[in-house]
Amino acid sequence: MIGLEDLYREIILDHYRTPRNRGELETPPARRAEGFNPLCGDEIIVYLQVDEAGVIDDVAIGGQGCSISQSSASMMSVAIKGKTVEDARKLIVAFKGLMSIHETDIGGDGSETALGIDLEGASEGMQLGDLEALRGVVKFPIRIKCATLSWNTLAQVLDE
Amino acid sequence: MALRSTVKSDFPLLDQQFHGHQLVYLDSANTSQKPQAVIDAMTDYYETTNANVHRGSYELAVRATDALEGARAKVGAFINAESNSEIVFTKNATESMNLLAHCWGEHSLKAGDAVVISEMEHHANIVPWHMLRARKGIELRWIPVDASGHLDLSDLDRLLDGAKLLSVTAMSNVLGTLNPIAALAERAHDAGALMVVDASQYVPHVPTDVQALGADFLVFTGHKMLAPMGIGVLWARAEHLEAMPPFLGGGEMILSVTKDGFTTNDVPWKFEAGTPMVAEAVGLGAAVDYLSDLGMSNVRQHEVELTAYALRTLTERHGDKITIHGPAEPAERGGVMSFAYADVHPHDVAQVLDQSGIAVRAGHHCAKPLMDVLGTSATSRASLYVYNDKSDLDKLADALSAVDDIFSF
Ligand SMILES: Cc1ncc(COP(=O)(O)O)c(C=O)c1O
Repeated sequence: MIGLEDLYREIILDHYRTPRNRGELETPPARRAEGFNPLCGDEIIVYLQVDEAGVIDDVAIGGQGCSISQSSASMMSVAIKGKTVEDARKLIVAFKGLMSIHETDIGGDGSETALGIDLEGASEGMQLGDLEALRGVVKFPIRIKCATLSWNTLAQVLDE
Repeated sequence: MALRSTVKSDFPLLDQQFHGHQLVYLDSANTSQKPQAVIDAMTDYYETTNANVHRGSYELAVRATDALEGARAKVGAFINAESNSEIVFTKNATESMNLLAHCWGEHSLKAGDAVVISEMEHHANIVPWHMLRARKGIELRWIPVDASGHLDLSDLDRLLDGAKLLSVTAMSNVLGTLNPIAALAERAHDAGALMVVDASQYVPHVPTDVQALGADFLVFTGHKMLAPMGIGVLWARAEHLEAMPPFLGGGEMILSVTKDGFTTNDVPWKFEAGTPMVAEAVGLGAAVDYLSDLGMSNVRQHEVELTAYALRTLTERHGDKITIHGPAEPAERGGVMSFAYADVHPHDVAQVLDQSGIAVRAGHHCAKPLMDVLGTSATSRASLYVYNDKSDLDKLADALSAVDDIFSF
């Protein structure tokens, strides 16, 4: 039987209790996008500051929502900070792979799939790290949307 | 008189397990489960009576037509309509409200006319008026909700001044609040406005007499009152239905059609274009019979008692951790209990409860303006019906402790 401990792993609760990179960034220079989950009213705001070399030098997360959406956003912020935009896009694909989503259209133009990144490959280079803890979400299909909310919002802000 | 104790066993769906626990269904404000009598009535209709209605010249078609019109008569009697021609069958309450906004609104409202609704409305009683505002330039005014979960009527005279329509829910699907519909209808009429009642959460739970309520229009939906999904009702005073232009065009709603035009059928069929949902109407008729057998005042009493028990038990067991929205007095409310548990997100609360086989709803309950008033984006909601009993609420109280175990920090 699937247990709640598969969903509410300690590291997830830790990111929920103590969210990383919580706050706002000034726009501009930062970019901002908002994501909604109409099902449960969750809302995520992603602020992204990208330097001239295409490196994400700062990120902040706003909004509110359930433990899964909030911890996923927190872990995402840690994972992408200091990464290039290109690597962040690869992480999106890797994370969606972790959530068993293999879309042809993730960032909008479908180029990620064309890159042919598999989860293992991406996680090796990209260090999904703590995010691996969200693997259990797949066993609770209605929560996948919670876990991917911040990632869809990130894709949105990258495309802007 | 209390409800008979065997009600639960009339509902086959409730006899199953989830995650190793007997299902505890506490989401009837969302949709109700169906008694065997309703399921049987629909099966029997397809096994013995099915034909298209109002157009066959053979005995079977006559019986199918009788089944449809018989269901209409049952619904009419259930809400004490003056005539069965005041009962229009629709797909659900949402369609009923849209029909009303479209046909009555289009016909009777002009730019600048005001429609008054409240902050505790379901989106079904908000969005059709937003849409009408976009089409016709009407003004939309809002009755506020106070901190105790009641309508704040202190400014009603001003809100109704020059208004053409007042449209309010009889019972909130979030707070459980029962609103003073008869008094509101009187105030509306005094101000020269008509009164619409969203009775989606009321007709299933409280004895309903449309004549005593004094409203002009009343909408409700079958699936929340033990009937199948796919059938709803618009009740309106005959004079309003007569005056309104038709909704959808096609078969059934016409008396005659020529190359030059058409003449509309009599009410209510004028508003029922195309082949109707006959089996669903039969199911609604059976649901009405079932509820009438239980006795609607018994249903109401059962829910007042259970609500009182729930409010008491949850507060005793969980103290300050639980905040239950809406009126504190069970007699002023229905068995819809939205709550916050510490600062655990409702989605997480519902997830943990599901693991104990308990079904509650988490979300904005299609009442986003009310969520803004409550200062939240979502609530958990446990809602009661005839098949619930105290043991369901004990299990809810138990399972909430598991929420505490996981999330207390
Ligand atoms: C107060 C109220 N009005 C309207 C509706 C809409 O009902 P339906 O979705 O069946 O049209 C609901 C139920 O969701 C409700 O609770």
